[in-house]
Amino acid sequence: MALPDSHPGVDELMATKSTRRRQLEAVALYPVDWVEERSGLVGYTKWFLFRKVPSDISWAQTLGAASLTAFLVQAITGVVLAFYYKPDPASAYASVQNITEEVTLGWLVRGMHKWGASVFIILMFFHMARTFLFGAYKYPRELNWIIGVLLLVLGMAEGFTGYLLPWDNTAYWATVVGININATGPIVGPFLAQFLQGGLNIGPDTLSKFYALHMLLLPGGIMALIGLHLYLVVRLGVTSPPWSATAAGRMRPETNGAREGLIRTPAPAPPDGNGDGDG
Amino acid sequence: MSEPERDTPHVPAPSLWPIGFAIGIACVLVGLVVSVPALIVGALITLVFGFLWVRDLFGKHPVRSAASGEPTPAVATVGDVDQNVDRATFLSLATIGVGGLIGAGITLPVLGFGVLPSFVGDGIETKDVDLGPISNFPEGEYVIATYLEDPDQGEVTRRTAFIRNNGRTEDDVPSFTTLFSRCVHLGCPVQPNGPIDEEARQEVNGVELRPVLAASFGCPCHGGLYDSEGNRSAGPPVRSLDRYEFSIKDGNLILGRLFSVGDVEGTGAKARISKYYRAYPGVHVDGIEKWLYPIPTPGSTS
Repeated sequence: MALPDSHPGVDELMATKSTRRRQLEAVALYPVDWVEERSGLVGYTKWFLFRKVPSDISWAQTLGAASLTAFLVQAITGVVLAFYYKPDPASAYASVQNITEEVTLGWLVRGMHKWGASVFIILMFFHMARTFLFGAYKYPRELNWIIGVLLLVLGMAEGFTGYLLPWDNTAYWATVVGININATGPIVGPFLAQFLQGGLNIGPDTLSKFYALHMLLLPGGIMALIGLHLYLVVRLGVTSPPWSATAAGRMRPETNGAREGLIRTPAPAPPDGNGDGDG
Repeated sequence: MSEPERDTPHVPAPSLWPIGFAIGIACVLVGLVVSVPALIVGALITLVFGFLWVRDLFGKHPVRSAASGEPTPAVATVGDVDQNVDRATFLSLATIGVGGLIGAGITLPVLGFGVLPSFVGDGIETKDVDLGPISNFPEGEYVIATYLEDPDQGEVTRRTAFIRNNGRTEDDVPSFTTLFSRCVHLGCPVQPNGPIDEEARQEVNGVELRPVLAASFGCPCHGGLYDSEGNRSAGPPVRSLDRYEFSIKDGNLILGRLFSVGDVEGTGAKARISKYYRAYPGVHVDGIEKWLYPIPTPGSTS
């Protein structure tokens, strides 16, 4: 994950490269340079990907990336399922049967979307547990915890709205119960239920409303929050685990040796004033 | 965060009018849903505070003149700067204001379209259902009546009622017990506990009628149990089963609007029913908990 910016001996290595190899590299890098000069995107990509992370992180820190992957699987399979799904009471059930039985590989994509939904939620919970147990929600990462909680809520809302779409008896009655649980909320409950089902009972409007929420509003919100979440991860860096021997976080020059992030051992001010991480 | 060398009076003083303006807007939005008087009050609050806010922004404010009238050099500098940035400040404010107006002009109708149809009664009118001649309902026996509330919309509007003919009341008026099958815990379909007489099944105008010997009603989801009058006898429900208003037209039993029931005293034709506006399942209609649900379910009172 961590790539050194420069390495002793690189210059010597470059000097030994053949002219032909250097020409090839220049050709390969030309389009990259072209994009960089006009957009700065290469720099941003490097800033995003090539970060220094604590030396003692483990597979536990990959749960966030796993959740992201699970969401991307849901997004892509969802788009493809929307090619064939019809959000209308008369044809919704039949269209889901059509996807499962008739459309080539439809059973696979629907299965990925159905089981992937559970995988997404479970991975988010594991990710949350890791963050909690490692104390990675503490200063300065509180905001990222809050965004993560919102992502969890939106993910659950995706599960709730998606559950109605197969339009079978399980879907129908589970949604009846779910909407009525909303209705039991004090004061705002009946309004919430009224908004969700758009009437006193579940009807055609409920199905199309849930479909729109499920594939437009909620995924949009999730994508925006994932963007913020990742920005903060890159900005604040990865927390080192609780058993880490070295102090975590980036140097804060203004406080003479104190560090951002999880502080366990007060680090002595280094003589040269350089931190060992750049965040 | 305080920087003493830059601590100068805020000119003009921070205004509280925008907060009143926002409260007015909130009242308007709530009023659109709840009632016209609230809407009018909200509009008045919005207008008054909006006027005060605009006057505050552009008018000669006493605080401003008092502050710039002070002889200290720091404030005089602020005054000079004020003169220079006036145009820029005005343009910034104008951009924000006009942009906000355009944004509100686009957003509010869209938000209204997204939210209001669920609350103004679209799609919540219930149609009367004709269950056929009352001779199909033997006295003292429950009949399961299954029908489509709106045949145009199909199976999704299939409803079930449990109807018992109670004969006539003391005032010689026909009496029916008309229970709605949805559990008042969370809305699952309640089942009658007793044998269904499938032999006597008949279909009248698309309504399926099946007599049943129901001593009680049970919900398969979470174990709610109701007695033969629809009173809760066990499990999580918080009130008695909902009922239909009914009428008899040309000898046919007509089911009307649904209403909620606190509890039922007595049985059959002598039952005394505490009647309330239709509420969602799981919502208390009586007792101390009803104060948690002060607003009647939209559409139930109209």
